[in-house]
Amino acid sequence: MMNVIAGSTNFLLAEGDVDFMVHGLIKYNLFGQELWITTTHVSVLLVTISLMIFAVLVNRKIKKANIEDTPGTLQNIAELAVEMLDNMVNTIMGKKAIKYVNYIGTIFAFILFSNVSGLLGLRPPTADYGVTLPLALITFVMIQYINIKENKLGALTSLFQPIPLFFPINLIGEIATPISLSLRLFGNILSGTVMMALIYGLLPIFVKIGIPAALHIYFDLFSGAIQTYVFCMLTMVFVTDKMATEE
Amino acid sequence: MTQITNEALILACSAIGAGIAMIAGVGPGIGQGYAAGQAAAAVGRNPGAKSDITSTMLLGQAVAETTGLYGLAIAFILLFANPLLGKL
Repeated sequence: MMNVIAGSTNFLLAEGDVDFMVHGLIKYNLFGQELWITTTHVSVLLVTISLMIFAVLVNRKIKKANIEDTPGTLQNIAELAVEMLDNMVNTIMGKKAIKYVNYIGTIFAFILFSNVSGLLGLRPPTADYGVTLPLALITFVMIQYINIKENKLGALTSLFQPIPLFFPINLIGEIATPISLSLRLFGNILSGTVMMALIYGLLPIFVKIGIPAALHIYFDLFSGAIQTYVFCMLTMVFVTDKMATEE
Repeated sequence: MTQITNEALILACSAIGAGIAMIAGVGPGIGQGYAAGQAAAAVGRNPGAKSDITSTMLLGQAVAETTGLYGLAIAFILLFANPLLGKL
């Protein structure tokens, strides 16, 4: 969606009301390429900073935690979240979970905060394909690394199963993994963003009282949380799938 | 009678195409409904496994949604980042 920034063929935006696009804020040149700092960058920065503040606060709290005190609200929330993530990774990955729980927890927190940031009036960073594709590519690299590490030469020969004629289909199947993973997250969040923009932009004023709140709960909270869960779940399932052949 | 410009024709046809692309939403709708129905039946048979059934159902539904989202992506491309206009 690069020509969106240049604002070329956007006939809905010409109405002046409906606005859900990525906007360029600051232009700069790098090695002769014209690049933009966009609203996505700002949203990602805000999400990251809020996660960092949360992490620092929790860290200070946990270090001071005493076994005899009753834990406060913040400590309870942090313990609940960590326990939930541990359980989630453990049920899928079993013994190998301890290696992956950090990474899964990180992307879970990042995607969840990104999706929910739509509630605060930000444009969700995950509604930009430039954010979801790298996340899916990390998963892809992880899958292939585990595949080669666990199966050695079997990683290559498994592409020719059951008969060599299936090679193109197997190859497409491998490559389709990150594409479908990223498009799923992107499409869901973008459709929510577009729907909210249409409702705010096109409906008469009396419909805009109260009704958008319910829709925000569905599109931002419910859909965002489900998609976060699904992204992490599929990442774990794909990685475990490649490990399972060993045992 | 006013003439229709080439650009207007392409935009109009793209809008129709975007509408047709969203017919892709029918398949995931049926699939997700079927998964939810089966999950409801499973909970009725074994209420103890409700949380497991729910998470499995949600995962399956999210995967089934992918084809619908491909249709959505095509509709968005036709509406907001039209590649056909560049070919004039």
